[in-house]
Amino acid sequence: MAFGSVVAALTALVLLILIRFLYILRWSGKPLHGKSRRTYSTLIVLGSGGHTAEMLNLLSVLQKDRFTPRFYIAAATDNMSLQKARVMEDSLIDVAGVKVEETAKYLQIYRSREVGQSYVTSVWTTLVATAHALYLMILLRPEVILCNGPGTCIPLCAIAFLFKVLGIRWSSIFYMESIARVKRLSLSGLLLYKLQVADQFFVQWPELQRKYPRAEYVGCLM
Amino acid sequence: MGDAEDGVRPKRTVFVTVGTTCFDALVRAVDTREVQQELSARGYTDLVIQMGRGTYTPKKSNGEDGSLVVDYFTFSPSIVDYLRSASLVISHAGSGSIFETLRLGKPLIVVVNEDLMDNHQTELAEELAERKHLYCARPQALYKTIADMDVESLLPYVSGDAAPVAKHINRFLGFPDD
Repeated sequence: MAFGSVVAALTALVLLILIRFLYILRWSGKPLHGKSRRTYSTLIVLGSGGHTAEMLNLLSVLQKDRFTPRFYIAAATDNMSLQKARVMEDSLIDVAGVKVEETAKYLQIYRSREVGQSYVTSVWTTLVATAHALYLMILLRPEVILCNGPGTCIPLCAIAFLFKVLGIRWSSIFYMESIARVKRLSLSGLLLYKLQVADQFFVQWPELQRKYPRAEYVGCLM
Repeated sequence: MGDAEDGVRPKRTVFVTVGTTCFDALVRAVDTREVQQELSARGYTDLVIQMGRGTYTPKKSNGEDGSLVVDYFTFSPSIVDYLRSASLVISHAGSGSIFETLRLGKPLIVVVNEDLMDNHQTELAEELAERKHLYCARPQALYKTIADMDVESLLPYVSGDAAPVAKHINRFLGFPDD
């Protein structure tokens, strides 16, 4: 008898998760209706190379009082991105000319894999990075995630999706493919596009929009 | 006064930058007599090399024998001033360096680092070269690009705009249009 109840309970649980999963897929990518807020806590994923410059460029046209508090995250081995974000935040003054309250947080996350690292050891480091991402996401539970390509965004977006399924937090994920990607998507972009994890997926060159029709072509940002 | 003034050309600086990367092939290429003679022939007087994490150190020169004045450094908190005072920029293919230079309206030769695996940087350099905003060159053929280039024919790059993305994001989240 007990065995039968366990099976029934497990089946019910699996069905529930499946239904929830389908619900997420149905509503992902649809503009928020009825869930609109005045402010959104925002996780901003930075990266080495041009990624941080492009992200800060995007932030410069977003109204800061709508996207607050802001959490900046970069790989532990990236020495410059968080500093650049700090400089930008420190320079913010609001309409009245008053310095904006310092609510921004700056965090580091372990990289899944360093450039040139062997794939064998990468299995372990990816697990560590994912566990770290889970810890940070539980801490932050952002309502909006902005990312533009660094591999560090993958574990974070995966967990954000998990949180959606489990009903822990609904994060709107906006992915902006880098301007350096003209004909092919980056690995991060490809993953998020194919698995339909991002709510909105932006590309900066027209050929990408032709190849990936669910992407939104927005022209060059830089 | 006197003869010292004659034959003194206005200073025209070539700035070479590899960003935060290691790009020995480019530093080596600009350290060759071939390239430096070509730059001199095109009217440039000074060469400043930002070598980043490179392991190859170029030779300095004070240009006494009429050749280029050559200097180098590894990093600088901001290369904007070097870009501003340059008459020609030779850069690795990083998007940050490329757009920083294009925004300042400087003639630009982009050199792609073929030693990088999964070289996605070529796409951007080639696209912008096709649109005539810059020249693209391989390290070994740099001297040829310098010899053949016509910087007057380069088209100015009009800065992009992040506003369309902001509009999409705002609309998605239910904010009224600005």
